[in-house]
Amino acid sequence: MLSLNELTDDALLDRLQRGAFAYISENTNSANGLVADTSRAGSPCSIAVVGFALACYPVAAERGWMAREEAVSLTLKTLEFFWSSAQSDDPGVTGYKGFYYHFLDMKTGLRTWQCELSVVDTALLMAGILTVGRYFEGSGDEERIRMLSDALYRRVDWAWAQNGRETVSQGWKPECGFLHYEWEGYNEAIIVYVLGIGSPVHPLSATSFATWTLSFQWENLLGQDVLYSGPLFTHLFSHAWIDYRGIQDEFMRQEGSDYFENTRRSIAIQREYGARNPRGYEGYDGDCWGITAGDGPGDQEMRESIRDRRFFGYMSRGVPYGPDDGTIAPWAMLATLPFNPDAAVRGTRHLLRSYPQVCSNDRFSSGFNPTLQGHGMGWLSEGWYGLDQGLLVMMIENHRTGLIWELTRKCAVIRAGLTGAGFAGGWL
Amino acid sequence: MRRVRPPEWQNPDPQTLYDLVIVGGGPAGLAAAEVARRQGRNVALIERHRLGGNSLNSGSIPSKSIIRAARVLVSVRDEEQFGVAASDKPLADFAAVMARMRGIRTRIAEYHSAERLRTRGIDVFFGDARFGEPSVLFAGEAPLRFKKAIIATGARPRPSDIPGLEQVGYLTSDSIFELTELPKRLAIIGGGPLGCELAQAFCRLGSQVTIVQNLPKFLPNEERDAADLLSRSMSRDGVETRLNTQVVGARMQGAAKLLDTLNDDAKCSIAVDEIVLSIGRTANVEDLGLAAAGVSFDAVRGIGVDDFMCTTNADVYAAGDVCNLHRFTHVAEATARLAVHNAFGARVRHQSRLMIPWCTYCDPEIAHIGMHPREAREQSIPVKSFTIMMQDVDRAITDGLDDGFVKIYVREGTDQILGATIVASRASELINEMSVIMGAGIGMRRLATIPHTYPAQSDAIRLAAMAFVNNQPLPIDEAEPHAGIRR
Repeated sequence: MLSLNELTDDALLDRLQRGAFAYISENTNSANGLVADTSRAGSPCSIAVVGFALACYPVAAERGWMAREEAVSLTLKTLEFFWSSAQSDDPGVTGYKGFYYHFLDMKTGLRTWQCELSVVDTALLMAGILTVGRYFEGSGDEERIRMLSDALYRRVDWAWAQNGRETVSQGWKPECGFLHYEWEGYNEAIIVYVLGIGSPVHPLSATSFATWTLSFQWENLLGQDVLYSGPLFTHLFSHAWIDYRGIQDEFMRQEGSDYFENTRRSIAIQREYGARNPRGYEGYDGDCWGITAGDGPGDQEMRESIRDRRFFGYMSRGVPYGPDDGTIAPWAMLATLPFNPDAAVRGTRHLLRSYPQVCSNDRFSSGFNPTLQGHGMGWLSEGWYGLDQGLLVMMIENHRTGLIWELTRKCAVIRAGLTGAGFAGGWL
Repeated sequence: MRRVRPPEWQNPDPQTLYDLVIVGGGPAGLAAAEVARRQGRNVALIERHRLGGNSLNSGSIPSKSIIRAARVLVSVRDEEQFGVAASDKPLADFAAVMARMRGIRTRIAEYHSAERLRTRGIDVFFGDARFGEPSVLFAGEAPLRFKKAIIATGARPRPSDIPGLEQVGYLTSDSIFELTELPKRLAIIGGGPLGCELAQAFCRLGSQVTIVQNLPKFLPNEERDAADLLSRSMSRDGVETRLNTQVVGARMQGAAKLLDTLNDDAKCSIAVDEIVLSIGRTANVEDLGLAAAGVSFDAVRGIGVDDFMCTTNADVYAAGDVCNLHRFTHVAEATARLAVHNAFGARVRHQSRLMIPWCTYCDPEIAHIGMHPREAREQSIPVKSFTIMMQDVDRAITDGLDDGFVKIYVREGTDQILGATIVASRASELINEMSVIMGAGIGMRRLATIPHTYPAQSDAIRLAAMAFVNNQPLPIDEAEPHAGIRR
């Protein structure tokens, strides 16, 4: 088999997309459809990863990586699990008010780590559920998938998650009620508002999205006019499902841009920051970037070339405001493929040539820090993270065929959510 | 003390009628007295404790003295990056740090001395002040009749209802500067400006500091990027930061003071030697006889004033912390001058038109003036930020002080500056350039043409203006395009 560096662009994308999907195959409990957060031993399920995995099954079916029957079977098991699992305010169940706990036991499906009932992770799960609800158009089990998809989405009580306030709470715990955290500024929560406003049963208030956007900041930064958000993933997660090209809400209408173009500009900022490399990190370059949420070396300090270096564990990194400890997410450049294919492929190839260890089994690790020596060629995250792999499968597919975007464009509740949030124009 | 509250002081005999009687000898009261005397008014000033107020005695001056010592220590610690190194690890001598602070306080107190005020023709009364009727104030037992009065009694640290805290004992900004020994372990309750400043400074001086904030971010009035940067800066210094955490109780365990905390559902205890309570300030409105004077007030927000600093008694004004939510020394002084002018002249000076900069003196400092983007958007004002990172400013790089940014907020479609946030080593100085620019009505186009010394940290402001010019669709004649970042 040819090495990745020897492949044509198309062959490279195919290998890496399939390699990413293999994570899902290898880390799914086929009895209930739950997918592990990471490949590490004992990892619980992340409901967001399940959402990504669900959206990947149509891709796998179309590309022949799974038989359609197998995709239907696994999808149905997943939806049946979420439909039949316990929903109550008991701290040891699976969900409440139609939302689900962030992390579930892979076997029992019950809440684990005393985690929160997560609004954004439920939104990502529901986005996957709505995707399969559009894709499987046949009869029999496929009909059941559509019914469950609709029922699961309708059950989510988005209005409850507002907790009587103008904007949405990030989560809830039976031990203490709603968490105090709120979203300030633009980020991946746009999917929460779109799905929440689109609900015909328990919708978010019509003004909630506009209220959230009051915290948005239009900024000229490193030569780009951009709606700023530091971590790269925030410009990608909701975009994996929704094609923002040409559709505008009130904020983007005013600024003469759209959220797709905004991600393009955010990529330009990442590249410019990599080229400037103000902290002098090893490896940073206009073709070596991707600063986002992900695994990191862990809290430690190092003295290097008379500079104090401080490193972090898993955290949300961003540019140019930081935090930045020299850790890049090796998958991130490729995940920007639909927005700037040339930069994504060139950067990925540069990374594979310079640091081939970041990709094993055709799968990118979550984090890599070439500045932190003492581990051979820099620090490398162990194993793989499901969010990274699911996002890669979807973004490569959106670049190649636009399959996910086509499916969600036809989804009535997503269209209703976008319209309700004030989006118009383009394909809407 | 001999300057700001002379023990041998004899209150003067009251005059028959004063043009102005001022209650409170802090920054607002002193500024009001100065202005009124320059206008030729006969002025009496009543002070309950010491002249100079919170700023001199327990606020800006002592805290900045200690912050300076902490900064020196850190710059010596980090000197290796500049290619120079001391042979020994630098250590703080806390007693010497506090002695220096007291020396500075004494030196500055000279300006506020009672004798100095007397020589300027101001009748200074030490004692309690109380309204007897709408146009009479009592200084102790002495009645002072006035044409106009200004209440400038300031504010004090807000007390807490944390169970057990009174029993275990705690410090506030009024008492922490009287410490004689550096606490080995220090907890600070409250993540506002003073809490953050104290946390970082005491940590740098050698205390093991934990700061507990009940909100998801420090400095809730600042924008997220600035607050996040500060949070990381404090962590880098070694401050243990606990955000979104409530203190639910305090108790003793042996010699240690224990704070019980709750973060959502996570319970924790913090063992320390001293606790500082820094959860804001509450206006000093008690025992003044305000009701007798027809002056409305609120126990938390203080005295209610209109846009001209006038209270509900047309002859009584208020200024400073007792009536402002922006409780800064320079705001106190500005509102006091405004109150005097409005009291004796045409009521034309509006407090809402004051352009007030402020700063939190952490490292890096965080300063702001004017509108935040959110405020602009809430008023349907289209706004765009022009940002320069200090890591792209040559002087910040040469100084090894390149954390932070300059953001200038501009009304879209114009070059009008609405506000600015600066995070930088000396943001407290840089923001004053923005004060002048905004006060003079200078827009971004004009600003881009004003030469700045090179290299200078303030060049970041010009670079932001250049970014504006280069961002315009058509070339602008007034400014040379592309003269931005030089690398």
